[in-house]
Amino acid sequence: MNLSILVLILPFLTFVGLAFFGKRLSGITAGIIGSISTGIISLIAAFIAFNYWVMSDGKSTMILFNFPWLTFNEHLAINMGLLLDSLSIMMVAVVTFVSFMVHLYSIEYLKGEERYGSYFAYLSLFTFSMLGLVLSVNIFQIYVFWELVGVSSFLLIGFYYQRPSAVAAAKKAFIVTRFADLGFLVGILILSFEAKTLDIPMLIERLSSPDTLTSGNIKMHMVGGLSVISIAMFLIFIGGAGKSAMFPLHIWLPDAMEGPTPVSALIHAATMVVAGVYLVARLFPVYFVLTPEVLHIISWVGIISALLAALIACTQTDIKRVLAYSTISQIGYMMFSLGITAYSHGETLGYTASLFHLFTHAFFKALLFLAAGVIIHAVHSNEVAQMGGLRKSLPTTHIAFLLATLAISGIPPLSGFFSKEAILTATHHANPVIFWLAVIGSSLTTFYMFRLYYLIFWNKPAEHHRHHEHALFSIPLIILTLGTLLNGFIPFGQFISVGLEKVQISFELGMAAVPVGGSLLAILLATLWYAKSTSYPDKFVSLLKNFYRWTYRKFYFDELYQFVTHKIIFNLIGRPIAWFDRNIVDGTMNAMAWGSMYFSQAIKRIQSGNVQSYTMYFLGGVIILLSILLYAYGYNLIN
Amino acid sequence: MNLLMLIWIPLLTLLTILLLKKDKTIKIVSLIGSGIQLLYSLVLIISYYRYRAAGWTDAYLFENRITWFPSLSIHFSMGVDGISLIMIVLTALVVFSGILVSWNIQTRIKDFFALIILLSLGAYGFFISTNLFVLFFFLELAVIPKYLLIGIWGSGKKEYSAMKLALMLMGGSSLILLGLLGFYHYSGIYGGTSTWDIKELVHLSLPIEVQRVLYLLTFTGFGIFTALFPFHTWAPDGHSSAPTAASMFLAGISMKLGGYGCLRISTFLLPEAAQELSWIYIILASIAILYGAFATMMQKDLKYMNAYSSVSHCGFVVLGIAMLTRAGLMGAILQMVSHGVMTALFFAAIGMLYERTHTRMINEMGGLMKPLPFIGSAFIVVGLCSLGLPGLSGFIAEATVFVGSWERTGLLYRIATIVAAASIVVTAVYILRALGSTLWGTISHKEYAVLKDATWNEKAVIFLLMSGIVMMGFFPFLFIQLLNHDVLTIMNNVIK
Repeated sequence: MNLSILVLILPFLTFVGLAFFGKRLSGITAGIIGSISTGIISLIAAFIAFNYWVMSDGKSTMILFNFPWLTFNEHLAINMGLLLDSLSIMMVAVVTFVSFMVHLYSIEYLKGEERYGSYFAYLSLFTFSMLGLVLSVNIFQIYVFWELVGVSSFLLIGFYYQRPSAVAAAKKAFIVTRFADLGFLVGILILSFEAKTLDIPMLIERLSSPDTLTSGNIKMHMVGGLSVISIAMFLIFIGGAGKSAMFPLHIWLPDAMEGPTPVSALIHAATMVVAGVYLVARLFPVYFVLTPEVLHIISWVGIISALLAALIACTQTDIKRVLAYSTISQIGYMMFSLGITAYSHGETLGYTASLFHLFTHAFFKALLFLAAGVIIHAVHSNEVAQMGGLRKSLPTTHIAFLLATLAISGIPPLSGFFSKEAILTATHHANPVIFWLAVIGSSLTTFYMFRLYYLIFWNKPAEHHRHHEHALFSIPLIILTLGTLLNGFIPFGQFISVGLEKVQISFELGMAAVPVGGSLLAILLATLWYAKSTSYPDKFVSLLKNFYRWTYRKFYFDELYQFVTHKIIFNLIGRPIAWFDRNIVDGTMNAMAWGSMYFSQAIKRIQSGNVQSYTMYFLGGVIILLSILLYAYGYNLIN
Repeated sequence: MNLLMLIWIPLLTLLTILLLKKDKTIKIVSLIGSGIQLLYSLVLIISYYRYRAAGWTDAYLFENRITWFPSLSIHFSMGVDGISLIMIVLTALVVFSGILVSWNIQTRIKDFFALIILLSLGAYGFFISTNLFVLFFFLELAVIPKYLLIGIWGSGKKEYSAMKLALMLMGGSSLILLGLLGFYHYSGIYGGTSTWDIKELVHLSLPIEVQRVLYLLTFTGFGIFTALFPFHTWAPDGHSSAPTAASMFLAGISMKLGGYGCLRISTFLLPEAAQELSWIYIILASIAILYGAFATMMQKDLKYMNAYSSVSHCGFVVLGIAMLTRAGLMGAILQMVSHGVMTALFFAAIGMLYERTHTRMINEMGGLMKPLPFIGSAFIVVGLCSLGLPGLSGFIAEATVFVGSWERTGLLYRIATIVAAASIVVTAVYILRALGSTLWGTISHKEYAVLKDATWNEKAVIFLLMSGIVMMGFFPFLFIQLLNHDVLTIMNNVIK
């Protein structure tokens, strides 16, 4: 197991090497180096997973290389190390695998790019940071890597830095998530003070053991009727919500699609954006035992994001943006699935279901993005209007895309069906309102995904001109398709659950019928409307004119943020402060300087060099002094 | 280990420069002199580690004393601990890089290098002195040459800025002088013998009324040096008019003289007053941090931007010191070092861009990453350090200050910490804005496309300073090991 440190060291060394020497490498060397390094770590990850689940019981928690990195005081030191348990090993497997696929794909996709070396350097930096994040033993360590994934995401979104829109999108992504991280940071500070540790296993032990609330080990400070721990856990969730693009912090993700498409597949679909889900899952025992009220908030944030993003996705025409909104929506499912455990009287199926969905989603969403990349590569546009009828010209991509679409729609027996069904089952037991909303969301998902599918591959007469599908495109697509097909049969509940008991994910036929039926209806509708170019969509749009416009404009969130940042923060805070500083604060200092100058100008006449006036001043002084003396001591003199 | 070497090396360099005539030799001599000083300070810090590891627990090591003026008990007494040593290394690093970066300076070369060396002499003397009078003498030595550096080699409204800076720092010095005289006077009254010596003053317990006055005088005085709100306005004008090396020195070291004084004199020697009155400076510091960040956001000139961001970052130094917790003090010291190196690199990079584009206006530059990848990368790294990216020094220092501030309970302190923490968002805004419009996007002027990337001396500067940033970011435990003993000494005195 000590081998596992390699999954951090290798990508880091690759990053350093490519960052310094990437420019000197010719052709696709940098891509090959990056891919080999990621290939090795995904083998190591597979080996670790095999060892953990097959060779041993898959229940232990190991902490490796724990060394004090930053000592704050006698009771708070930050240890850096690796935490290996079922959750982190599953995440490592997913991250290394998808990263490897994306590396392979990028070798060809980015070919001829001027900053080829930098691209792979950034990818390695991201892989390193993401693995560091999921392996952290300490919330502070999570925060460290959390910021590092943020910056690698920033660098990759802005990879085409000569495009102003890419720079703007990169800035937006960084600043919005930074804002959320402020919550995360303050949450960490509160926990560091209240729990006296940031070590995850210790924290969980201190805050979620059954006697926490009774023993008085942790004093529950109350602020405004809420315990301080609840506030801290809520603030930490805000950090997660920012990274996972949850409502209302979701605005950065669609813009992040300015980055190269493989990057969107890796960072903005499969791995980084689920870091928020991972964070909540990591601290799940604390949420579950100590702060269920935060879980209530999480479930509502999740379901609102899921529905809102699904609605917006129905109206968008940029292929990557549709997929981005679909990512937000699917992460919303994962979030509320964690959240609804608070309603379910001690049952934790939602936790397992959420991570199951995270797992299957990573595969089919990465697949969708990589397929989208092939399509964009072929038609040189992101707009669906430029596509249509591509089913014959891109056959592999077509099949892959269709299967992934079926998976995300939750059609059996694809992987998405199993994980989504698990979520819906858990939700049904817990909260019927959220359950029905989730079913509506699931039908919407099917609708917009099939709309997208038809607009790309049908809608127009088939093109027979065969676009070239490079082997380096097809191989990752095929491997990911296999994952999409088969992952659902993994008995996920046996591997990952809260505590030590395994969870049986079971399906009730009656339960499964509702969402699957909804999805089939949605497919039918999408087929009628979009398989051929018809006028139904336009008629429907004119029926719901205003609602459509709101949805199309993404409910004006961007405008709202624009207003807040420019009108309020820049014009009402920044500008007045800058003015105040120059004119009032500095003005006072200048006024003092001018004041003393005028004063000395005024009194410099006294220093005239004129002996008569000096005598006058002298006499005047003597008289004044004498009168003071007389006034003070005159009484003594007289007597 | 002889601390007097830290005075002799720059002094001899200075004298040699004054005797030389050829420009080239002057440059080489000052480079060698500051290089030897850098090596010597590194040797000192390593032997300091070894002494501490061997179990030496004295507050100061390598002590030495030269009698100077016995009847007024003014002695040149020296001694260092981890805090002063790390500041000495910082000074040596910044001065060495400053000399390297000024390699192409054209006017009055001899005077320029002589003044830079003289400035550094003042800083070294300040950090090793344990006699308050001598310490003040060296503090002044580090102020006056700045006036000339800005006035002669500066740009823009240089006379105005030089005068403003000198006057405001002098104002600070006069408060400090009053405070130090107070120490001398009251040590005679309450301790029997009048003394300037820090080691003796520590054991003296002054009545709280006296402490209050001295605390307010010295903390405010040194606060002016760290550009504490509302006495920060010398910084933007001063920095922006100064030549690159002087800006580096000014922000990198001079502002740290103030932080060091607040820690070593106001807090260490006046613990009761610090407990009682530090809330004043906590309020001012948290204002400086957020207010400075917002003011930075609106700046159009890169140098003004970095000057205001220094106001914001140095607020963390004062905040950490005033919080009076172990992590707070540690964070403040780390922030002094981190900001010193970072801001020196920032000003160096701005200087390099200015030399090539002849502008410092953010909106006039654009797309410089393409012709200048090396300088551009340095600019990005230092920007990321400024916005607190883990793996670089700024994050370590600020996180330590945050944890330290949160340890102090009470609503005021909580609010101050949250206000300070909010600055991380604003910092991200102004840094990304500056990076975005100068480096990225399309090239704004055609002639920028053929600019030459960093020369050997510029690469060396970038490499040196950047290694400092990365080292603290990756191995903070080394720094904490170095400082732990001395922070505990101060803490024990504060909460005794």
